[in-house]
Amino acid sequence: MTTKTIVQSPRVIWTTRIIGLLALVGTGLTVWLGLWVTPPDQTQGDLVRLVYIHPGVAWVALYLAFGLAAGCSLLYLWPRTRSLFWDRLAAASVEVGVVFNVCTLISGSIWGKPTWGVWWAWDARLTSTAVLLVLFLGYLALRRVPAEPEVRARRSAFAALFAVVDVPIVHFSVVWWKTLHQGATVLNANLSPTIHGSMAWTLLLGFVALTLAFVWMLLVRYRIGALEDYLGSGELDMALLERQSEGVVPPAPDLKAEALAPVDDAGAAPGPRAPAEVTR
Amino acid sequence: MWRDTLLMAGKDLRIEARSRVALSQVAPFGIVALVLFAFALGPDRAPMVKGAPGLFWVAMLFSSVLAIQRSVSVESTDGARDGLRLSGLDPAGQFLGKTLSVAAQLLVLELVLGVGVVLLYGASIQTFWLIAVSCLLGTIGLAAAGTLYGALSAGLRIKETLLPFLLLPVVAPVLLAGTRMWQAALSGGTPANGTPWFHLLIAFDAVYLALGVVVYGPIQETA
Amino acid sequence: MAPASSPSSALSLRDVVALSGRFPLLAGVDLEVAVGETVLIEGPNGAGKTSLLRVAAGLVPVASGQASVLGLDPARYRTEVRRRVGMLAHAAHLYDDLNVRENVRFAVKASGADTSRIGAACERLGLTGRLLRTGAAKLSAGQRRRVALAVLVARAPELWLLDEPHAGLDASARSLLNEIIAEATAAGATAIVASHEPELVASLADRSVTLTGGRVTGERTILASVDPPARIVHVA
Repeated sequence: MTTKTIVQSPRVIWTTRIIGLLALVGTGLTVWLGLWVTPPDQTQGDLVRLVYIHPGVAWVALYLAFGLAAGCSLLYLWPRTRSLFWDRLAAASVEVGVVFNVCTLISGSIWGKPTWGVWWAWDARLTSTAVLLVLFLGYLALRRVPAEPEVRARRSAFAALFAVVDVPIVHFSVVWWKTLHQGATVLNANLSPTIHGSMAWTLLLGFVALTLAFVWMLLVRYRIGALEDYLGSGELDMALLERQSEGVVPPAPDLKAEALAPVDDAGAAPGPRAPAEVTR
Repeated sequence: MWRDTLLMAGKDLRIEARSRVALSQVAPFGIVALVLFAFALGPDRAPMVKGAPGLFWVAMLFSSVLAIQRSVSVESTDGARDGLRLSGLDPAGQFLGKTLSVAAQLLVLELVLGVGVVLLYGASIQTFWLIAVSCLLGTIGLAAAGTLYGALSAGLRIKETLLPFLLLPVVAPVLLAGTRMWQAALSGGTPANGTPWFHLLIAFDAVYLALGVVVYGPIQETA
Repeated sequence: MAPASSPSSALSLRDVVALSGRFPLLAGVDLEVAVGETVLIEGPNGAGKTSLLRVAAGLVPVASGQASVLGLDPARYRTEVRRRVGMLAHAAHLYDDLNVRENVRFAVKASGADTSRIGAACERLGLTGRLLRTGAAKLSAGQRRRVALAVLVARAPELWLLDEPHAGLDASARSLLNEIIAEATAAGATAIVASHEPELVASLADRSVTLTGGRVTGERTILASVDPPARIVHVA
């Protein structure tokens, strides 16, 4: 599939629209169910309603988005499957992933304030998520550096690779940091209560709706990136032609004939005249 | 590959011996950082001693960014990077050589900062080998990851600001592990406290050394 | 390991396109250089002379078309090609903090060549005594060129790629350069010289190729002793 196909094919455009619509409906439904229909939890009260959103955004950000970005980066680096398609997809995935990551941290924070009494806690998961955010902000910063598409793609792919490789190491180090640290912790990081009934269905719906939202945003962002590149690639053929025409020496003007030419009464310069025969 | 590694490391270290940048600029920066931390934490000894491991490693991390930037900029004058590509020097050897050279400089820096911490903060070292091992492994990890990210940001005009932003989050595990091991060493904790961190550092070093050996060449070919 | 090859062709480019991002440095170059030849590449500024040499050195990848350097594909046998090819570029690739001797030693050892010829090469280029111990930062442009040339002489590669080598050299240095090129090719090496002052190289070259707008637009054979108006053969 060429860039042109993906970017302009009506099927893709309609699929994107439908997914977006489904995502909107799904999210709206989740919100309605979550805020009004489902009952409050016994222990956590109304706070539990965040569980319909928070794990969903977390799953999308941490695993779906960044995992996809890592996979696409590998595919780009592998010579046999190298194509700017993977690079664009990875970049779109990271951008949307970063948004979801921020949502994860914010929703976690909102849950945390009433529960722990603080907006932020150096909980293992929160900390790891924050480091992940910074790692991928670095990826985006690297992409903003002006460079040719192929160079930028390779550089970003490597950066994504390094970031992803670092994730398990950071995760373990932060977990050990919390658990091995001498000193009691009163923080209860348990965010998922035993769940059943309408709450379980809403939770599932939340996951699905947010995943669809991610896919929609991914497609839209990808198309934007592809459109940008498509505009650029059409110029290559023109550039080739221009470059080759550098070699053609324009015939030298016949100065004597110009000097004797009648000057226009209006004072305008004489129009372009056919160059005289050139003898070499 | 090993011959090229030694050649590259030797060249970098000889340049450092001539220009003495690490000695005259990076080390003083580390010391200044330690002093500033002391100002920030107040005149009481207690918070300083408690925080000494963390402050040491933070100062190391910041200084290592400078050392990496210096290592990268050595190759940017007179098209030396092109020269290295033209020479057919094994890229894996280039990576290991540069890592080795940076690690050596960082080890010297650690010695200086370690003495600084003991003198300035009044920390007392109980278990020396914990310190030594954590410094050695942590340095290798910093050097390897730093050389990799340095290569990635090498041709860019904004690399001075980009490199710290890219590198520091990545080496957070080194900070965590190093700090914990130092804490154990300063408080006379049992070696068992240090073991998982030891494994973490080994894993970090292995991963980044392996990555670098494989990926350094392709990175050079793009810029 | 790369196959050991004794090719008769030092450089073979067929419809080679080389890109820098979107800009075509070379827009379809056809060129054949046989082993032992000395070829001059001439053309106006921006024609792609440097890019052609860089493609031959394996520094710039080939976007389309086929390139073969000393019988090897420069993309697949990168290290092998680079060790057998020597390039004298605009920049001398020197480390400012090292002195001349250390720079030459490093460059020669890095390309895997024998270090025994370093002393003789330096002497040939007039790099002796105090100059050897001078830091590279203090050298003039001409001296830097001589150091880079000493590296080439010590390495004795099979293919010499010289990018405007006479620029910035005084008359005696220029004649020394010409002597060195002649000696190298007499010993069996191939030399490709890019210059937009062809008169300087005309005495050395067997053949001259004109490059314009990223393509070969002209070729002529240079007759050694007699100098009547050269035949002009236009290659489309």
